[in-house]
Amino acid sequence: MEYFWAFVTGGVICTIGQILMDTTKLTAPRILVIFVVSGVILQALHLYQPIVDFAGNGATVPLPGFGYSLAKGAMEGAEKGFLAAITGPLKSTAAGIGTALTFGYLISLIFTPKSPKR
Amino acid sequence: MEGEKKEIAKAYEKYARQFTPKPDYLGNSIKAFLVGGVICTVSLWFQNRLTAGGMTEKDAGIFVTIALVAAAQLLTGLGVFDVIAKFAGAGVIVPITGFANSMVAPALEYKKEGPVLGVGAKMFSVAGPVLVCGISSAVAVGIIYWLAGRF
Repeated sequence: MEYFWAFVTGGVICTIGQILMDTTKLTAPRILVIFVVSGVILQALHLYQPIVDFAGNGATVPLPGFGYSLAKGAMEGAEKGFLAAITGPLKSTAAGIGTALTFGYLISLIFTPKSPKR
Repeated sequence: MEGEKKEIAKAYEKYARQFTPKPDYLGNSIKAFLVGGVICTVSLWFQNRLTAGGMTEKDAGIFVTIALVAAAQLLTGLGVFDVIAKFAGAGVIVPITGFANSMVAPALEYKKEGPVLGVGAKMFSVAGPVLVCGISSAVAVGIIYWLAGRF
């Protein structure tokens, strides 16, 4: 059952993105920004935590989940003090961002761009 | 003069629309739903395997993120990600895999401009706005919560 809800929730969030891409003129970067910021706002209002409790990775793997971890880090930090409130968002997502930067840079240096096959 | 220009632009848009193929809304949505769902389910399975191996849930979650990011970036480097994205659309763009891809794809494209201003700078052409908006809004949330805790 856990897997079923992860599948459905993740699928629904992606479908929302697909509908936004098909029906509006929003470009992919804008959609990514919208998803991350909406994750931050929803978590700030305590609305995203219930979805995560319910769907697990179905809610944390899509991009709103990235916003959720950012906001969660900030909110947990805010309980400890001002500095922790500022360092919290980056602390909670440091592993993901660190990997994305380091591994991404490495990959970009190793591989050469391929022209798409037509 | 201005109005005339606008009218011409509008007429052109109308004319061009006849030739732009309409996206297959239902088909695209189903593909995005299935692929996005599968990515989330597989990562949950992977996370459960890690926690079963004695890892804390938090650490396991971090490892899953690392694995997804690394896999997406490797596939981008190999040129496979584009093929998958063409089929699955938002199904691979909305999960964290899309964020990982958005760093490598433009970096590869502008590789000719060098390792600093080409790869280094272009890695952030899409990821930059995402990080700027996401992190700054989260820091704002942190400060608001800290202030609220003071009173």
